[in-house]
Amino acid sequence: MKISLTINGREVSADVEPRTLLVHFLREDQGLTGTHIGCETSYCGACTVLVDGKTVKSCTMFAVQADGASITTVEGLADNGQLHPVQEGFWERHGLQCGYCTPGMIMSAVGLLQEKQSPSEDEIRHAIEGNLCRCTGYHNIVRAIEYAAAKMRGEEPPPPDWEEEEVSV
Amino acid sequence: MYPRQFEYVAATSLDEAVSALAGAEFAKVMSGGMSLIPMMKLRLLSPDVVVDIGRIPGLDQITDAGDYVSIGALVRHAQTASAQNLPRALVDAASWTGDVQVRNRGTTCGAVAHADIAADQPAAILALGATMVARGPNGTREIPADDFFVDTMTSALQPDEILTEIRIPKVGGATAYDKLGRRGGHTDYAVAGAAAWVQKDNGTVTNCRVALTGVGTKPTLAHGVAEALIGTDGSEQAVKEAAERATEGVTVLEDLYGSEEYKAHLAKVYTRRALTQALAQL
Ligand SMILES: Cc1cc2nc3c(=O)[nH]c(=O)nc-3n(C[C@H](O)[C@H](O)[C@H](O)COP(=O)(O)OP(=O)(O)OC[C@H]3O[C@@H](n4cnc5c(N)ncnc54)[C@H](O)[C@@H]3O)c2cc1C
Ligand code: FES
Ligand code: FES
Repeated sequence: MKISLTINGREVSADVEPRTLLVHFLREDQGLTGTHIGCETSYCGACTVLVDGKTVKSCTMFAVQADGASITTVEGLADNGQLHPVQEGFWERHGLQCGYCTPGMIMSAVGLLQEKQSPSEDEIRHAIEGNLCRCTGYHNIVRAIEYAAAKMRGEEPPPPDWEEEEVSV
Repeated sequence: MYPRQFEYVAATSLDEAVSALAGAEFAKVMSGGMSLIPMMKLRLLSPDVVVDIGRIPGLDQITDAGDYVSIGALVRHAQTASAQNLPRALVDAASWTGDVQVRNRGTTCGAVAHADIAADQPAAILALGATMVARGPNGTREIPADDFFVDTMTSALQPDEILTEIRIPKVGGATAYDKLGRRGGHTDYAVAGAAAWVQKDNGTVTNCRVALTGVGTKPTLAHGVAEALIGTDGSEQAVKEAAERATEGVTVLEDLYGSEEYKAHLAKVYTRRALTQALAQL
């Protein structure tokens, strides 16, 4: 079936089998391998992308459903080599270890910060309920999102935990 | 993980969707795809035709129709979760359905049509005494909530019918929903949960409906609870005694998340909590 959509601002037309999942279309057809496949059972969120501005698990949507839609993947966030504040937050606040969950986490964070400028820690944790991380224990991911939220409000981000904590031996 | 091949129909009107369903040997309606696609990927379900109703205009509204509030077939969980004009039990059930991504695509009507034994919104729909509006080749019919949930993942909808709307009656009183999620707190499907609707007049409970989820083969009304609570003052003691009858006449089943005994215990606990929260609003 013929589909036309916009991916990261670029117009794309393709002929896909109806059963092609959006994530496979993005990775295999479009070469956008930033979007990861973790579980393929709709639980881990590694495949999260924005479809018409809303976060969606791209392993749980057919590419044909995206006909006419506008899609943003992690590749579409940076602006002329300048990292998006959420990407910068993950970098600055050590929001990743292996990095497998990271593109999905970042897209969920972008989705959250579009809707809420100043989310509480609780709201951040609930907003990433659909994204699983096997490495970090989530703590630094939450800090990374707080960093990005501050940056996007034009404020100085809170200092990193490791500068705040008193180290006792 | 690819599903088996199927023919895809992107319906642009309900009429087109209904005739596509009627013309196929094994067709499935797709709204949000949050349950259909996972099942197709696991090949638990392999329809020949998928009729996508996601592009049909006019179905994505929550509208006040006077006696009732109408939830259209394409109203997403996220919309229901932030609605100002829907009862609290349903709003909370929607806001505790899945995660952000699931709530951005899954629909309230889809969750009700899917009728999972541990789903959230079906329990609320049942407690609220909603009416389902179905459209098929022979026109439109209304199905009361009490007749809608037939068995495990089986509703009263015929394979060629589309649930176009859910009507939530404006009957007053107060409502609440509470659950234990599989991932703790309110997260994920219910290990067990209860939705309650109560009405009081002059200090006496005059009406009550409690629906359970997660404990049996389908969302089920706890008739014994209602019977025990109506006529009382709705005190803590009265609620406690009524909740003891939560599983009366209900087939409690064990699953991966709990034994029969544990589920029966949770049914009472969540019945008590839902009733307490509802009564506190009166
Ligand atoms: C990760 C994850 C977590 C989840 N957690 C929860 C949870 O905590 N609680 C919970 O209750 N649910 C949960 N769900 C399920 C979710 O609520 C689904 O969105 C919902 O069950 C189906 O709605 P849908 O619109 O996506 O329907 P679809 O997936 O499109 O369809 C589901 C079924 O209903 C039928 N159907 C859909 N719409 C109609 C209609 N209008 N008329 C007739 N038939 C129709 C389809 O043919 C199909 O058989 C979860 C799902 C996922 C993927
Ligand atoms: S790969 Fe899509 S949710 Fe895990
Ligand atoms: S950083 Fe490894 S899974 Fe999250």
